[in-house]
Amino acid sequence: MKILVCISNVPDTTSKITFTNDNTAFNNAGVQYIVNPYDEIALSKAIDLAEGGKGTVTVITVGDSSTEATIRKALATGADNAIRVNALPRDAWFVANQIAHYAKDNSFDLILTGRESIDYNGTQVGSLVATILNIPSVSISKKLDIDGNSATVEREIEGGKEVLTLNLPAVIGTAEGVAETKIPNMRGIMTARTKPLDVIEPIEVAQLSHIVKFETPAPRGAVTLVDAGDVEKLVSLLHEKAKVI
Amino acid sequence: MSILVYVENTDGKFKKSAFEVVSYANAIAEQSGTEVIALSIGNVEESQLSVLGKYGASKVLNVNTEQLKSFVNQAYAAIIVDAAKSSSASIVVLSNSFSGKGLAPRVAAKLEAGLADGAIELPTVNGETLQVKTGAFSGKAFAYVALTSAVKVIAVNPNSFEVKEAEGTVTIEPYSPSIDTSDFSTIVKDIIRATDKISLPEAEIVVSAGRGLKGPENWGMIEELAHVLGAATACSKPVSDAGWRPHSEHVGQTGIAVSPNLYIAIGISGAIQHLAGVSASKTIVVINKDPEAPFFKVADYGIVGDAFDVIPKLITALKAYKGI
Ligand SMILES: Cc1cc2nc3c(=O)[nH]c(=O)nc-3n(C[C@H](O)[C@H](O)[C@H](O)COP(=O)(O)OP(=O)(O)OC[C@H]3O[C@@H](n4cnc5c(N)ncnc54)[C@H](O)[C@@H]3O)c2cc1C
Repeated sequence: MKILVCISNVPDTTSKITFTNDNTAFNNAGVQYIVNPYDEIALSKAIDLAEGGKGTVTVITVGDSSTEATIRKALATGADNAIRVNALPRDAWFVANQIAHYAKDNSFDLILTGRESIDYNGTQVGSLVATILNIPSVSISKKLDIDGNSATVEREIEGGKEVLTLNLPAVIGTAEGVAETKIPNMRGIMTARTKPLDVIEPIEVAQLSHIVKFETPAPRGAVTLVDAGDVEKLVSLLHEKAKVI
Repeated sequence: MSILVYVENTDGKFKKSAFEVVSYANAIAEQSGTEVIALSIGNVEESQLSVLGKYGASKVLNVNTEQLKSFVNQAYAAIIVDAAKSSSASIVVLSNSFSGKGLAPRVAAKLEAGLADGAIELPTVNGETLQVKTGAFSGKAFAYVALTSAVKVIAVNPNSFEVKEAEGTVTIEPYSPSIDTSDFSTIVKDIIRATDKISLPEAEIVVSAGRGLKGPENWGMIEELAHVLGAATACSKPVSDAGWRPHSEHVGQTGIAVSPNLYIAIGISGAIQHLAGVSASKTIVVINKDPEAPFFKVADYGIVGDAFDVIPKLITALKAYKGI
């Protein structure tokens, strides 16, 4: 089974988020980049599925050369080879078209993405790739089993879950529950350096959206403390002042 | 020109998010002088469909065939695209619900439309461009996304736009889109609903607890508090990682992002990754025995105290307040 895992290079979860250029650009000064945590789940699942010679795992990233540390981390975790599309991501449509273009010529049985990235939070790339390739997709899966040519997926729905089967090839977006995330071991780190990382050039894609500016949330006011022995006070504040109960 | 809104139902009943998206579309329509056409897929009764008129839909396209009883995103997306084209929609609005997250990009790709997902405010119009405020960096920031394509798709975050009544009459039309069997390669085998639970992304009140609760055996009081308040229950990441609670309850940067009116955090430290997913809550109450817990810095109300002492008292006080 040939598996493609889409990896996004995102600011570490502890990063303080600030902007420059009059709030039009993300300030990456001092920011550490990591494999998007949801993509780590996708990668770990792919490695499990391919274990014991049952398949191969290719990771793909759309990004400039600064993303290579993140890609090497994915290789160290256990991916077999990597593709970097040499372009700065413009929006999800741009990224999805690059991935779909590569996937079209390389007939993957399964394409895994994380359910969203922790920077721009669109749950878009996976479904866009699937639509361009005209194959089925699930955007938020909590459980994934592959049996021959078919996938059984548990999908989250409001107040419950749905069990689906779909034919491969398909695109699945992964969330917690799909796999335990793996971390690179020493051997992985050593071999990562020798694994193939191919750089390909992007295709032209129409620009459908762009980010005009960013904003950070207004700071909240100071906390009103209520004595632990006076919970009735909290109840009345929530009713009379906050008007939430 | 029109605005097409896809309205979701659960077992034939519209969810609150359906009324939110119709209200949202209607607010845009009022600005731009267009009409709102709602599209419903599934077995929804006429009386339910006509309720959409109360929120501003002038027409409801009703797709009701056995084949489409359960949600198949490829097929549903194809129908939304079909309806958008046949009603010359320039904007398609849907809910950024779990299903909507799968649908919106499919619809956008087929229409070659720019997509703003996670919209939290009405768009501003600037000529042919729509600018939409969305969440970004998992609640640590907002992004204003400009959609420049001919057709635009907006997926509205649940709970971020008020349901508003509007004047007008509604007509209901049966709608039979052309259906391609290749869009049905996904089969729904089973739907498992936790009937007694309130869905987290849609909840107006969320009661959430963390590692301070010590173990799964102590969640009874959290559930009772949630029950008294009519709230959904949630937890921090280590709690679901330890298997004390299901993954579907984990909120935060790498969990579900919530935006309830009231978020009550009990025995949760307030790590940056947790705050990221809950900072859009309108009112935050923190109960923690450590006065230095970072969560107090973002809380509106706080109690420094032991959860095992405070929560039972709070339950009693709320019951008294509610007369139950
Ligand atoms: C990549 C990554 C992603 C992450 N994503 C998320 C995420 O999405 N969501 C998330 O929640 N976390 C996330 N985390 C974890 C996060 O960093 C914290 O570890 C986590 O939020 C801590 O959970 P907690 O507050 O329940 O536990 P703790 O940090 O152990 O805090 C427990 C709190 O309970 C208080 N307490 C203890 N006993 C009592 C008592 N009897 N009464 C009252 N208070 C008491 C303590 O004072 C303390 O403040 C992520 C971490 C990483 C590395």
